[in-house]
Amino acid sequence: MIRGIRDRVAIVGMGCTPFGERFDCGADDLVVDAATMAMADAGISPDQIDAYWVGTLKSGTSGLTLSRPLQIRDRPVTRVENFCASGTEAFRAACYAVAAGVSDLAMAVGVEKLKDSGYSGLDVSLVPPDGAGVDFSVPASFALLAPAYFQKYGLNAELGKRVLARIAWKNHQNGALNPLAHYRRGVDMDEILASPVMAEPLGIMDCAGVTDGAAAVVVARAEDAGQYRPDPVYVKALAVSAGASSGDADPFYDFTTITSAADAARKAYAEAGITDPRTQLDLAEVHDCFTVTELVLMEDLQFSPRGAAWRDVLDGSFDRNGVLPVNPDGGLKSFGHPIGASGVRMLFECYLQLREKAGPRQIRDARLALCHNLGGVPWSCISAVTVLGRHPEAL
Amino acid sequence: MAGILAFGAHVPVNRLEHVGIERTAATRRVAGPDEDSLTMAVGAALDCLRGSHRFQPDYVGFATTTPPYAEKQAAPILATALALPDETRTVDVGHSVRAGTTAMLTALDAVTAGSAHQALVCAADTRPWAPGSIEESASGDGAAALVLGKGDVVAEILGTVSLAADWNNQWRGPADPFVRTWEERFAPIEQYPPLVSAAVAKVLERAGLTPAGCHKLILYLPQPRANRRLAAQLGFRTDQILDHQLAGMGSAGAAHAGLALVAALESAQPGERLLLVAAGDGVDALLLQVTPRIRDFAPRQGFATALAQQRPIAYERYLHWRDLMAIAPPRRPTRPRPSAPAAWRKRLVNMAFCGARCRICGTAQFPPPRICIRCRARDEFEPLPFACQRGRVQTYTTDYLALSPDPPTPLAVVDFDGGGRAILEVTDCAPGDLRIGLPVEVTFRRLFAGESLIVYYWKARPVHGGTPA
Repeated sequence: MIRGIRDRVAIVGMGCTPFGERFDCGADDLVVDAATMAMADAGISPDQIDAYWVGTLKSGTSGLTLSRPLQIRDRPVTRVENFCASGTEAFRAACYAVAAGVSDLAMAVGVEKLKDSGYSGLDVSLVPPDGAGVDFSVPASFALLAPAYFQKYGLNAELGKRVLARIAWKNHQNGALNPLAHYRRGVDMDEILASPVMAEPLGIMDCAGVTDGAAAVVVARAEDAGQYRPDPVYVKALAVSAGASSGDADPFYDFTTITSAADAARKAYAEAGITDPRTQLDLAEVHDCFTVTELVLMEDLQFSPRGAAWRDVLDGSFDRNGVLPVNPDGGLKSFGHPIGASGVRMLFECYLQLREKAGPRQIRDARLALCHNLGGVPWSCISAVTVLGRHPEAL
Repeated sequence: MAGILAFGAHVPVNRLEHVGIERTAATRRVAGPDEDSLTMAVGAALDCLRGSHRFQPDYVGFATTTPPYAEKQAAPILATALALPDETRTVDVGHSVRAGTTAMLTALDAVTAGSAHQALVCAADTRPWAPGSIEESASGDGAAALVLGKGDVVAEILGTVSLAADWNNQWRGPADPFVRTWEERFAPIEQYPPLVSAAVAKVLERAGLTPAGCHKLILYLPQPRANRRLAAQLGFRTDQILDHQLAGMGSAGAAHAGLALVAALESAQPGERLLLVAAGDGVDALLLQVTPRIRDFAPRQGFATALAQQRPIAYERYLHWRDLMAIAPPRRPTRPRPSAPAAWRKRLVNMAFCGARCRICGTAQFPPPRICIRCRARDEFEPLPFACQRGRVQTYTTDYLALSPDPPTPLAVVDFDGGGRAILEVTDCAPGDLRIGLPVEVTFRRLFAGESLIVYYWKARPVHGGTPA
């Protein structure tokens, strides 16, 4: 009988490096720093960890990416990858290992070292080996959401741009309170609206930071979590969904939704027993690779009804003091987006918030949190939705 | 009698109005950075083959002085883009501005001998002129296509003459970036008159005609300014001479004679006789008579309609497109060379823009998958051509980051009228013209080259006039 993952696994330790243009660090350094912090936080030594997973897109192949710098001795170590959802994928594998009873303690690390490349923007190509295809930049692939959304819900270009800017404004306000974030200052709306265009209508201030960083998480079975700390955080749901990626060939897809996010959310809510996400969740970390992505996700994750997210954004519903705080740590936008690390970094903020350790960003009575991590482009992507809770057996 | 069954043209939208540091006035067409002689030939061929009547050539001749490769035949690439069968005669004709008419004569021989039934001849050129040269401002880039055959011809070929000459007039060595020329007085005074006169005299005499019996003289000379005087010397009146600049096209090298013929045919009446003469390392002459069938044929868009689309560009942009002015590239990774096996497997998809229709549920899809995107049936597909389909923009953006010789790059999700969708670059379009619902068609273009292997693919462009396929 399938029991699901709810309340079977707990996070017992986490670490997160400062995110930024870490010219002082290679991928090895980031991995060592994050893993060391997580083990110290859990109060364990490396020998206690039974299995490791590392999520990274371009900063290493094979599990050796982790085992070599950490000098791990005689353990299973595996690299996993799902584009920008690699971090959550590493976490998911670690959770299943302990839930299956194969490991007692497992560690997942997400890492990305982007700033050694010297390129502007992400060095990721959608062009097939025969060369015959559109050479999208990543901003362009998400920018396609904007005209479709604006047209469908009656926003003119100017209003649409303001809605997007309001999302960037919120995330920078949040990041300004986060000592680990890449960008730590508030930015006013005028500066955001005037930022140079990357892919119409997205300006540079609508785009996540190109950032280096790593984060790590240690998990144990829920019933053993008390051995490591008095305040573990429980996994309520882990849902991953990949679609058929036919949105670029099927006129049925209308570019106002990210279908894998909607599907993963439905499954996660069913597993966690959530029937009204907007009121039952206390915070959410979502994949704001671009402002327009966050806008659309508010509807796919059922935080707003279809066609209403833009109004919620302007009303401040997702601000830190709003109905449902979204990206209280600054999100990909201002915390930055080291591709493989982001999924684990999202867990980190939830881990702090649910244990009342988020300092000036603390949300009152934080009991239930959601992470949404996305890998790919709007018409072809994998969504990973994780629900975490302060208490086992209860929402 | 053999003759012309169909005709078509491709004219780049880009129009140069000033050249040089002094901004000398000019009127000429410039191939865009995603165009070359081959892409323009494909455009002209589709204009010709998919107009009012559909043609299926069994012979492809490609004529140019600027082929995409020094070694790798272009006519088979053209045949692939047109989804022609393996048993298609292919011939590249080059090295002279006379290549266009020579290709016509060779095709005519094949049709007359019966070894070809519908012979497609495409002539295209993007001749490289030194910045500041006289020719730079008067030269144009474009392509013409003709189908030669027997039966329901729109113009009969009454006679032909071909004379050869070893002229040091215009030439280009293998490593020369630009065409070299002798001073422009020499050939028009000493070389053209005797040979052009001889060719014209022979072709008219064999048909029992005089210059007065011709409605139009279409005279191509490598030095176009000598055109009028020579025509007068030959006994033609001013009103008989077709404008050598083709109303702003420019002097189009190997493509010129064909483009001029297309321009003449677009306004020709039944019974008119056209004398086509092209000089370059010799002289070719063709005498044609328009038939009543001219009223039944129309290309898909045609030369005049294509010429009406204009996008003025600055001289610096032209220099950059021709790699004559380097601009600091964006900090983006260079593209790897294309995989030959991958390109081979996808050749009908990439080169002929061929998709598929599911036999089980009828869904049109591009590119052709193994598993239907709608009903999930596996390997149940019929080929479905998309090259002549039209569609509308469903959503769009303009990419400022992508590597491009002409940034920013408009991109659109195109929903085809006949079903199916593709995400494509949009070319020949100002970013501000993009909108949801914009009608577009597809066009064959050049994306990039890796280790000299050129990647061709299709882009969308706004629809301008013409009849839907």
